[in-house]
Amino acid sequence: MAAKRLSLREKYQKFTRDLAWEPSYQDKANIFPQTEFEGIHIHDWDKWEDPFRLTVDAYWKYQAEKERKLYAIIDAFSQNNGQFNVSDARYVNALKLFLQGVSPLEYAAHRGFAMAGRQFSGVGPQVACQMQSIDELRHVQTQIHTISQYNKFFNGFHDWNHMHQRVWYLSVPKSFFEDAMSAGPFEFVTAISFSFEYVLTNLLFMPFMSGAAYNGDMATVTFGFSAQSDESRHMTLGLEVIKFMLEQDERNVPIVQKWIDKWFWRGYRLLTLVSMMMDYMLPKRVMSWKEAWEMYFEENGGALFEDLSRYGIRMPKYWDVSVKEKERLSHEAWSIFYNYDHAAAFHSWLPEESEMEWLSAKYPDTFDKYYRPRYEYWRSLQEKGERWYNSTLPMLCQLCQIPMAFTEPDDPTQICYRSSEYNGDKYHFCSDGCKDIFDDEPEKYVQSWLPVHQIYQGNCGGASVPEVLEWYHLVDGQDNKEFLDSQDRANWNRWKGESDSDTDQPVKAAVND
Amino acid sequence: MANNNVFIALQNNEEARPIIEAIEQDNAEARVEYAPAMVKIDAPGRIVVRRASVEELIGRDWDPQELHVNLISLSGNIDEDEDEFVLHRGD
Ligand SMILES: [Fe+2]
Ligand SMILES: [Fe+2]
Ligand SMILES: [Zn+2]
Repeated sequence: MAAKRLSLREKYQKFTRDLAWEPSYQDKANIFPQTEFEGIHIHDWDKWEDPFRLTVDAYWKYQAEKERKLYAIIDAFSQNNGQFNVSDARYVNALKLFLQGVSPLEYAAHRGFAMAGRQFSGVGPQVACQMQSIDELRHVQTQIHTISQYNKFFNGFHDWNHMHQRVWYLSVPKSFFEDAMSAGPFEFVTAISFSFEYVLTNLLFMPFMSGAAYNGDMATVTFGFSAQSDESRHMTLGLEVIKFMLEQDERNVPIVQKWIDKWFWRGYRLLTLVSMMMDYMLPKRVMSWKEAWEMYFEENGGALFEDLSRYGIRMPKYWDVSVKEKERLSHEAWSIFYNYDHAAAFHSWLPEESEMEWLSAKYPDTFDKYYRPRYEYWRSLQEKGERWYNSTLPMLCQLCQIPMAFTEPDDPTQICYRSSEYNGDKYHFCSDGCKDIFDDEPEKYVQSWLPVHQIYQGNCGGASVPEVLEWYHLVDGQDNKEFLDSQDRANWNRWKGESDSDTDQPVKAAVND
Repeated sequence: MANNNVFIALQNNEEARPIIEAIEQDNAEARVEYAPAMVKIDAPGRIVVRRASVEELIGRDWDPQELHVNLISLSGNIDEDEDEFVLHRGD
């Protein structure tokens, strides 16, 4: 210990900032060609604050520790056949959706942050983006690794990346991320680090992962929280980027506000999938979507935007609509999947009576009035052996790509339709939020790859459902449709030694025409 | 919805327990809520995690950066140095 110990700030300075240099052979603008075209003005990259002063040596040390802990648990989970200890086999469908919908986004984030890190000309954000890029690769790897144990026992896990590129509902997360990645570096980090990771991912990783623990899934809660421990760093990068842009130049304020408005709405629409995971897909429930939205968005998000108001930033546009929708979102979403489950790579079901009671207690103003009667009607059809599947493909929102099943902000009985004209064609939207985003950049969104349009144009293996399923790599009667009729359920009952009298009388899957 | 709460969420495990205890000691207004596998701590305006308080509880040296291992999420502006980790609102 001869040398004096460096303070954290000095150490950080030496290990990051001092690694940068001023180029002499090339103009900086040629080295970082994307830093200006979005209209963001930066005068002094040295004003960038690094809230977590994590140096690369400390980074590797803590990441290695996280990995060791995680893999010890993954090993224990598979050695002890932990997949048999989950609450019931319905739970596993939430994991299917996670692997098909979320894990590929982790990989996309790995690529996106590598690109963003290359484009920022300040060393602070370069280092932060580089670490995040490595984190995101770790996330996708640990998720694939953990969930592979379920693939040995349950259907629907076998070709998630292929499905992510093709299956209709997975175009929702895929197009969300590709929209961000095809923007410039400042919009990309506003979209992903700030709007998604800082403002919205708590909804996915906190109540949902806590829910995984509650449902006996030791492996998922562990990779979830292991990933989330990196997330605090990512969220902090998001907040820093926003504050940095706002402090550098007043002209940045309206641009940043526009991006916050856009990416709040994009992210909120994406979380529709999470709302139904929480309210319908966890057999043992931790909290309702409504409660989570109140806690993590209205309360914490409210405090955040109040903090940002000193820079002239207000709450994201249409946040009030998200609050109006909180008692409907998960029910409207689950109904879409109940309708179209013959084309989905996970099972759906009607809530059991005790679950209906939970839902009416959590949603006293809407559930019994609007959704219970619908479920009871569907149950009566199911009891007659006529389980309802909708054979008419839905109209999709041009922007968020979700079937247009959301209702008017002020009328839960009326489907919300919005439309715009561009170059003589008409485009349809689920909400004012989605329409505004389109109207601001129509030349981008007219190019959207909409699954339903693509099917009708014959680009998805053929025009019939069996052809499309084959193109999706989905096995009919195995990966899709009603849980009660599924192999997953029959296997589960056999493994658990439970009576299978219900499954002896299979419910016929009738697709109406 | 006027509020200025900050929060920190940690895994509910052996390593995090003394950190949670230290936070409770040093932040009189902290509200601690347990959910399956995790703990969420909210407080108006500010939360501090002090190195000295954690070291006192665990009887060994502790680096505030060890927080990263069991951290789940947080909200607020961050100030970090050798002796404490602070979450706050405003400047
Ligand atoms: Fe991630
Ligand atoms: Fe992340
Ligand atoms: Zn939409």
